[in-house]
Amino acid sequence: MSMEQIVFYAFAAILVAASVAVITVRNPVHAVLFLVLTFFTSAAVWMLLEAEFLAITLVLVYVGAVMVLFLFVVMMLDINITVLREGFIRYLPVGIIVALVVVAEMAIAVGPKYFGLEHFAEPARHMADYSNTKELGRILYTVYVYPFEIAAAILLVAIVAAIALTLRRRPQTKYQNAGWQVATRRNDRVRIVKMETEKKES
Amino acid sequence: MLEMLQTVWSGIPEILQIVLKIVVIVVPIMLSVAYLTLAERKVIGYIQVRIGPNRVGPLGLLQPIADGLKLVLKEIIIPTNSNRFLFLLGPIVALAPVLAAWAVIPFDDTLVLANVDAGLLYILAMTSLGVYGIIIAGWASNSKYAFLGALRSAAQVVSYEIAMGFALVGVLIAAGSLNLREIVLAQQGSVIHWFWLPLLPLFLVYFISGVAETNRAPFDVAEGESEIVAGFHVEYSGIAFALFFLAEYAAMILVSVLTSVMFLGGWLSPFEGIPILADAFTWVPGIVWLLGKTAVFLFMFLWFRATFPRYRYDQIMRLGWKIFIPITIVWLLVVGAAVLAEIGPWFD
Repeated sequence: MSMEQIVFYAFAAILVAASVAVITVRNPVHAVLFLVLTFFTSAAVWMLLEAEFLAITLVLVYVGAVMVLFLFVVMMLDINITVLREGFIRYLPVGIIVALVVVAEMAIAVGPKYFGLEHFAEPARHMADYSNTKELGRILYTVYVYPFEIAAAILLVAIVAAIALTLRRRPQTKYQNAGWQVATRRNDRVRIVKMETEKKES
Repeated sequence: MLEMLQTVWSGIPEILQIVLKIVVIVVPIMLSVAYLTLAERKVIGYIQVRIGPNRVGPLGLLQPIADGLKLVLKEIIIPTNSNRFLFLLGPIVALAPVLAAWAVIPFDDTLVLANVDAGLLYILAMTSLGVYGIIIAGWASNSKYAFLGALRSAAQVVSYEIAMGFALVGVLIAAGSLNLREIVLAQQGSVIHWFWLPLLPLFLVYFISGVAETNRAPFDVAEGESEIVAGFHVEYSGIAFALFFLAEYAAMILVSVLTSVMFLGGWLSPFEGIPILADAFTWVPGIVWLLGKTAVFLFMFLWFRATFPRYRYDQIMRLGWKIFIPITIVWLLVVGAAVLAEIGPWFD
């Protein structure tokens, strides 16, 4: 077995184990941390596929930002685990059937009949000076420029919509205007009064 | 002698070679961290008209060693009802990404461990992982103070990462590459050619975001000792606490090195392009310039801490979201236009 294969199987094993743990561990915070591990190891597997841009972006965006916020929320939830597990046995048969259907579908779709080597040839190895990042950028901004721009516009609209939904101006809300605070001078706030000393009347 | 060393080197198995290279980078970082703590205490001491540590060894030079030894020998206390595994994992997760990021830093024209094409992205990804150590530590401690510190830190780091990322996009546009070595080479010419001038707003935003990202004063609400005791590491003792300390200082050095590499020409000599001085200083190895520039930024970290009072939490958020992000977006447009128009001496 070559070094690359050892690395691949090590990361693949961790990936599968971690993703199983995500749905089996009881503690939701542990589940999120296992999801982080899953993302991280799948990034390593992508790296072996010479897709270093996607791999690093996965770590940067999902692990570095999305999962931090996710963890943030999950940590603050007060989840009662016994309540969550109440209907486990009752829903188990339905769950098993759904799981089997999904497995069967995956086996058909990803199996050798449609996804085998004769349909998709093994990708060619690239030289050390091949830049996946550059290639990706080139194809994204030439061949796929319209889908890319449309997706970007949709995301922007989503951001604006999310902000608009939470932005409510209530009259009793107090907020600070940093410009006023900085522009304030001493004389606006303090008045020094000079007084003659008064003698106590005898 | 040199040939003998080369034959010995090529005789070592490849894995051991990689480990040795890592050791050669990590050991100096750890030593720098140790002496950065001493420098911090000395510099802040002199700023506050004190002497600072001067008892251990000549001029107090052995103080970091004594501190390290003390921390190693102390007992690690694990709080009751805390999550033992995650409690011990926290400090490790805090330190590991900071050290991993050094793999792509070019110390010299040829002196770099991994000359990766996506180096800038890799750096961003690694620095964004450091927050996990803080969050895990804060949650696993089973302490309200630690948890509050972790939440503050998480919100702050995520906010400033955006501004930081945009600032790096500016560098990417200006240099036309994600490779850190090529970013430095794109700044060749003279001090004027360095990116600090065309990217001045991004330079300032990047460095200030770096201070915020490392949770250093005046952005150290995650520790906030006057409100939440010591924040996320309040329950830690001994070597576990020392690892957080190492991580924070190693991150400071990393941010300083990155600022010098991306905006101040990395290993390039500041006398380049000046007729007589350039020739007079050609014998200085590039790494000396890089370390000199880094030291300036490290001094600024210490200077900030001695000068500014801590930001209030809402002020931090306002600065990050409402000031830095708009500045970077506007300047990205400016840089893009300048690159298109090929404005000299940077983009022609």
